[in-house]
Amino acid sequence: MVNNLVSDLIRLSATELAAKLRAGDVTSVVAVQAHLDRIAEVDGALNAFLHVNAEEALAVAAEVDAIRAAGGAEAEALHPLAGVPIAIKDLIVTKGQPTTAASKMLEGWMSPYDATVIEKIRAAKLPMLGKTNLDEFAMGSSTEHSAYGVTRNPWNLDRIPGGSGGGSAAAVASFEAPLALGTDTGGSIRQPGAVTGTVGVKPTYGGVSRYGAIAMASSLDQIGPVSRTVLDSAHLQELIGGHDPKDSTSLPKTLEGLVAAAESGATGDLKGLRIGVITELQGEGYQAGVQARFEESLELLKGAGAEIVEVSCPNLKYALGAYYLIMPSEVSSNLAKFDGVRYGNRVLPEDGALTIERVMGATRAAGFGDEVKRRIILGTYALSAGYYDAYYGSAQKVRTLIQRDFDAAFAQADVLVSPTAPTVAFELGANDNDPLAMYLNDVATIPANLAGIPGITVPGGLSEDLPVGIQFLAPAFEDARVYRAGAALEALLEKSWGHTLISQAPAIDSASIAPKA
Amino acid sequence: MSAISREDLVHLSRLAHIEMSGAELDKMTGELGVIVDAIASVSEVASSDIPATSHPIPLTNVLREDVVGQTLSIDEVLLNAPDSDSNRFKVPAILDGE
Amino acid sequence: MSNYTDELVDFDVALEKYDPVLGFEVHVELNTKTKMFSDAPNAFGDDPNTNVTPVDLGLPGVLPVVNKTAVEYSILIGLALNCQIAERCGFARKNYFYPDTPKNFQTSQYDDPIAFDGWLDVELEDGEIFRVEIERAHMEEDAGKLTHMGGASGRIQGADYSLVDYNRAGVPLVEIVTKTIEGAGKRAPELAKAYVAAVREIVKNLGVSDAKMERGNVRCDANVSLMLKGADKFGTRTETKNVNSLRAVEHAVHFEIERHAAVLDSGAKIVQETRHWHEDTRSTTSGRPKSDADDYRYFPEPDLVPIVTTAEWVEELRSRLPEPPADRRKRLKADWGYADKEFRDVVNAGVLDEIEATIAAGTSAAVARKWWMGEIARLAKAADKEIADLGVTPETIVELNSLIAEKKINDKIARLVLEYVVDGEGKPTEIVAKRSLAVVNDDDALGKAVDDAMAAMPDVVEKIKGGKMQAIGALMGPVMKATRGQADAGRVREIVIEKLGL
Ligand SMILES: [Mg+2]
Ligand SMILES: [Zn+2]
Repeated sequence: MVNNLVSDLIRLSATELAAKLRAGDVTSVVAVQAHLDRIAEVDGALNAFLHVNAEEALAVAAEVDAIRAAGGAEAEALHPLAGVPIAIKDLIVTKGQPTTAASKMLEGWMSPYDATVIEKIRAAKLPMLGKTNLDEFAMGSSTEHSAYGVTRNPWNLDRIPGGSGGGSAAAVASFEAPLALGTDTGGSIRQPGAVTGTVGVKPTYGGVSRYGAIAMASSLDQIGPVSRTVLDSAHLQELIGGHDPKDSTSLPKTLEGLVAAAESGATGDLKGLRIGVITELQGEGYQAGVQARFEESLELLKGAGAEIVEVSCPNLKYALGAYYLIMPSEVSSNLAKFDGVRYGNRVLPEDGALTIERVMGATRAAGFGDEVKRRIILGTYALSAGYYDAYYGSAQKVRTLIQRDFDAAFAQADVLVSPTAPTVAFELGANDNDPLAMYLNDVATIPANLAGIPGITVPGGLSEDLPVGIQFLAPAFEDARVYRAGAALEALLEKSWGHTLISQAPAIDSASIAPKA
Repeated sequence: MSAISREDLVHLSRLAHIEMSGAELDKMTGELGVIVDAIASVSEVASSDIPATSHPIPLTNVLREDVVGQTLSIDEVLLNAPDSDSNRFKVPAILDGE
Repeated sequence: MSNYTDELVDFDVALEKYDPVLGFEVHVELNTKTKMFSDAPNAFGDDPNTNVTPVDLGLPGVLPVVNKTAVEYSILIGLALNCQIAERCGFARKNYFYPDTPKNFQTSQYDDPIAFDGWLDVELEDGEIFRVEIERAHMEEDAGKLTHMGGASGRIQGADYSLVDYNRAGVPLVEIVTKTIEGAGKRAPELAKAYVAAVREIVKNLGVSDAKMERGNVRCDANVSLMLKGADKFGTRTETKNVNSLRAVEHAVHFEIERHAAVLDSGAKIVQETRHWHEDTRSTTSGRPKSDADDYRYFPEPDLVPIVTTAEWVEELRSRLPEPPADRRKRLKADWGYADKEFRDVVNAGVLDEIEATIAAGTSAAVARKWWMGEIARLAKAADKEIADLGVTPETIVELNSLIAEKKINDKIARLVLEYVVDGEGKPTEIVAKRSLAVVNDDDALGKAVDDAMAAMPDVVEKIKGGKMQAIGALMGPVMKATRGQADAGRVREIVIEKLGL
């Protein structure tokens, strides 16, 4: 009986769990413990967590329970999500818990400060379950490029969970956590969401403070929510969003009405909404199963009253190229600080002179993995004398062209729609020797980062027994629109299936995986 | 635009302060060549009259008042230091002694 | 070391054959309360690594935010240098690895400085005005401080290891870059010194920098090249880095001209390189040649957004500009009526402000000059201090002056009182009271002393009565002895004459 109750508890959405906590049906300590138990049960197979923060999470839960039990003004003032556990991508710095960015470079590093989003989560008293795995410094689309081992897809342990935020997506998909934070530079929230059958949102650039998110590409990075329902993501974005004086690129005004938009979308009524199908983000290069689920979703949206229009963004074909110039350029500069002088593991050269220059060179050679090195070198090249105009300069111009394409598209449509990723989750190791093939996974998600616009992925069904994601995009500042459209599609699909997609995920067979060393 | 030569890569690895073995240089020369070929098309489309976008959302004049805030304690400063001496970070010689 | 033996060509000989071409990059540290991109204190001399936030250490995840006051100070400097102020400008990253640079890039401005195309009229020692064109003034951040340990000299060469203090990392800097300066001829070293002095004066006058060169608040990189007279192409330049006193700027340019001439005369080529200045040997040594490692890979700082300067903002700042130092000097010289030489000495002694304040407090221009250029300057020299750092205030002078006017003390005692002021004993009036230094001009006491002296020296009295007024001097000794030297000699003389009914 108790066991049943507890296993039900982890399957609740964050919104549902929050309601039970507020109603006193269950305590936060019990809820947090249920998730910790689940982590203990399945994470040996998944490796979604790099660090589990059990003691502190339970302490925060107990504090929330005590406040609720005492009642009064303090209980009234609690955030609606207080007591609901959350997992944090290990790219976001936390006091009291290690932050590694999944790199050997930061093994053992303890941040003396909290990211702004972490301050908000602490203030709202969401117990933090721990830090989730990712591709090293968020560079990758499969979470295979972690210095601490791969994360596996809960739907199929031989498959990738997407990346770079594979840990957060896998944790949420496997009921280890109802909520997680991710970061999205070229799709690192949305593509893992798509391949794990979860929801993920990249807010408008600047909608959520980047202070304390270890920078990959500053002009593209954005922190966002990861969850199992659209409404949960809306709640989480409202919690973490808003202007931060510590981030010069954070928007002066808070993006509002996200929860309301998700609730209104969930009615399934889309009358008057114009949805643009992007010609360039479908068809060739997209798996047949992905394309089929996408077209089924379009039919449902049309049936709910939406007007479907075809829009063309001809410059999107340059998006990948522009991204792979801008991102590594910024990476090459942002990751220069990792030199073994102030923090991180210092590595001495094996032979020759022991100068600081050589120590930096040896430290960075040993501390960074291959993909990180590849991008640093590529970015160094793109910025170097004689190449700047042709590469970085041109890429920034392409960015302008893509923004113009989106402006034109949004003149015809309120939101745009596409598959989130061209394929379902591929097999672990499939792209080991082909970085370029790996980069193609982000072809549909990258344009939103280049343009700074919001995007959401919602589960769109299965192909080969693996999840397919559907992406909605909206103009900058109009995050509410992706929540409305996303919630509508989520409701329409669940109605057509008679269940949620995540409920169809197979049980995780921990025994099939050799335990972590 | 020509692909990256191995010589370029030696120079780039020095600029980036990443020591690389000969085998690594060989491997990466090939990989980067493929990537650069694939992305070089951006320079074809970008004509001179198109303005560059360096920030996706145009903001200006985000300025801070000149008011002192919280500093780190010396313990926090040195918490992760690989090496330190009298509250300063210690680094090997900057110039080669030989 | 080997470079110390570089051959030199005598300066005057060099200048017969070559024209020097100069260029300066002066870094000015702003005296804002906080750093350029973080809210850490901008303070000098604190314990190592105590003025740092996560931003100043370049910790993972941190972001910069621009200090508004630093921007305004930069605009003020631009305006004072007669520059145009950019309507829109931004920051860029200058990428290079160095342990004093926490992010391994410096956040600076690149192709859009906040101020550009200005000029500064520099007054040479003989009063001649030389106009230096300003190319740009841009904002950037300072690096931390490296201390080189081990080895013989504390220099980077031969050090075993180095220690890094990031307190200075992120301190706001304005770098002022001149256009190439031609036509200075043999006055090039003098112009170099006068130019840096003028920049220093301007930023000090604006109140935007402490402008102390010995603290590195103002640092000069001096570019020197020579071209054969009549040639139309500049020679290769060298850049002597971080020359940290006015004298050193003058000497460094002088030295480089002599060295360049020797290299060129020998048929060799000047290597484009940075040079290090050595005060002890008054010479430069080779630093680092320009290399492909100087590929700084500038790109727009993605963590910061552009700065737009509206006309209203710039005009508001322009209205805050103080009177330019050169204009002020012209005005003060006319007001005070000093001779050319007198005024130049006052300027060179750096006591314009003090004299102005002293006059404003009520003394005459002549008296103010007498004190500041006389006794105070002497005390400063004896103490090996700048006059301004001696602790003498204009109020001190005004007080001393009125004590003299009231005949409470004489000049000699006033000088003594000033010494006690410098020693920190308090204000002149307090010192005079505490040390009982007041002149005795109480006629009863003085009269009695005179009576006693006359009674003791009847022959002297007879001489005076006989018209030998200089004999009064013989009475002074006993009178002074009786009054412990505090009698007013003039008054003694009057009393004697009165008493003898002369
Ligand atoms: Mg310079
Ligand atoms: Zn500079």
